[in-house]
Amino acid sequence: MAGVEIRNLKKYFGDLHAVDGVDLSIREGEFLVLLGSSGSGKTTLLRMIAGLEHPTSGEIYIGGVRVDGDVPPRARGIAMVFQSYALYPHRTVFKNIAFPLEASRVPRQQIEAKVRWAAEMFSISRYLDRYPRQLSGGERQRVALCRALVRDPKVFLLDEPLANLDAKLRNTARDDLKRFQRQIGTTTVYVTHDQIEAMGLGDRIVVMEHGKVRQVGTPQDVYEDPVDTFVATFVGQPPMNLLDLGDPSLPPRTLLGFRPEHFLPRSTFAAGEDVRAFRFSVRRVEYLGSDRYVYGAVAESATPDATVIAKLPGTIAQAIPEGETQEFAVPRAALRYFDADTGLRRRS
Amino acid sequence: MKRVALYAAALGFMVFAGFPFYWMLVTTFKQNRDLYVGASDVSHIPWIFNDPPTLDHVRLLFGETEFPRWVLNTLIVVVAVVVITVAVAVPAGYSLARLAGRWGERMGMGIFFTYLIPPTLLFVPFSRLVALLGLHNSLGALILIYPTMTIPFCTWLVMGFLRSVPWEIEEQAMIDGYSRLAVILRVAPRLIVPGILTVVVFTFTLVMQEFVYALTFISSVEKMTISLGVPIALVRGDVYHWGSLMAAALFTSIPLAIVYNLFIDRFIQGFTMGAVKG
Repeated sequence: MAGVEIRNLKKYFGDLHAVDGVDLSIREGEFLVLLGSSGSGKTTLLRMIAGLEHPTSGEIYIGGVRVDGDVPPRARGIAMVFQSYALYPHRTVFKNIAFPLEASRVPRQQIEAKVRWAAEMFSISRYLDRYPRQLSGGERQRVALCRALVRDPKVFLLDEPLANLDAKLRNTARDDLKRFQRQIGTTTVYVTHDQIEAMGLGDRIVVMEHGKVRQVGTPQDVYEDPVDTFVATFVGQPPMNLLDLGDPSLPPRTLLGFRPEHFLPRSTFAAGEDVRAFRFSVRRVEYLGSDRYVYGAVAESATPDATVIAKLPGTIAQAIPEGETQEFAVPRAALRYFDADTGLRRRS
Repeated sequence: MKRVALYAAALGFMVFAGFPFYWMLVTTFKQNRDLYVGASDVSHIPWIFNDPPTLDHVRLLFGETEFPRWVLNTLIVVVAVVVITVAVAVPAGYSLARLAGRWGERMGMGIFFTYLIPPTLLFVPFSRLVALLGLHNSLGALILIYPTMTIPFCTWLVMGFLRSVPWEIEEQAMIDGYSRLAVILRVAPRLIVPGILTVVVFTFTLVMQEFVYALTFISSVEKMTISLGVPIALVRGDVYHWGSLMAAALFTSIPLAIVYNLFIDRFIQGFTMGAVKG
């Protein structure tokens, strides 16, 4: 077991700065999620840790040993699971899982025992004689995890391993994955563009954009204390509302941010509560069962057309007629301030 | 109803594709009188045996020409060219697709363009080269020249095919404990078997049917390939020995048809994987 240390890592593809100066310290046993949209550099970063891409500059240490130079992937003590699972199509499940052990010349009996142990752990013992094409997506994903597990790696690298599963399966797979990681306690780096996966799995989340790290923190940190407007709108569904109020009590060019679930009818708050009230003209209401999404505009805003979303839990029964203006409010503690020009958070 | 139409259409295509073979078969075993009488007698039915079948044409082909020798020559050339092509084009295609980055693609196109140069332009330089190497009138000349056609095309074919094989499997093998060389030697070949088969079949076809270079570089009857020897020996002036010509075509194509049918699925897969998804 070991941590991973990344210092000023860069990877340029011609003019494209895929990874542009990343510093990251991944703790021993930690489950770290790299979150970003496609093209944010998260997969390139992972592939550099794996040794599949050579960095343009910068340093990578795995367990204190520098590996960014000429240490090939096989010697880095890592295991990787690709989005496509990359199973060997002409080998049975058993042979797939045994492959890394055969490659490192482990005695046959030990291989047998180890494969059976891993297959037991992911409950795929029944499929050991089948070929990958005879398995469902979820089963293939577990085979890929098994194959990663038997290597006894210092670090797991997972590249969107749940992206090819259907929504229902993804929930249980996420739970299995987290439980499994806790059980073996191996440092894990997990790449995803899905913020729900990131929030649910990560001990810490690294939000990336355009090859740069925007914020590193626990799911709570990232959600409740975003460092800039990018993180504020990227994490959370629906995204954080950002309003330019032109309020004279605030410094000029300040954006006011609040989460849709904090933006509720005035009447749901107690009379003495410290809230900021808005006149909210409701355009449309979406009934989603557990929640209602209310789309509309805020009259106080400097750009009155900008859409503002309120997320009302099912416990609020109050009728919200479309086309009318209502009084809504946000607790002052839930308000966040950002610089309109730089996008950075203002702590005032 | 739809089914009936489908089968009718399939039957139509089958007749269309199979008729030349039927014609070869009938012509091979017909007596000359039965073959040629139709020119003057319109009531004669050409696609059945009007006279009893005969083995005369087959006897002529095997007894009075060097046909068995040509079959052997063709086999020697085909096997040699297939081996050379696979040995060169598969590693070339692999390295261009996997290891050469953006330049690989451009070089691959460049190599493909050389395939488009018409053979008639290359006679003169090739004949100088063949003479210089002392290969004139020998199978060696063909074994030297044919790969200049097959390698460029097959390199390009392998590149296209590899684009449809996810690289991740090979990367996974590198993480799982193989060096890049070990991946190339022990993992990659298994993944590109359909591509290699496509190369074999394409090369086979091209060499079997090649005529122009063979005519240029081979002059002795006992050194000829089937595609050259058969028309040279059986078309004498304006006399066409149709029965024997068809016999030669029949005995050459039937074993090939059987072999191709064994590989047809993989062959199509190889072509479409490279072409459609690339």
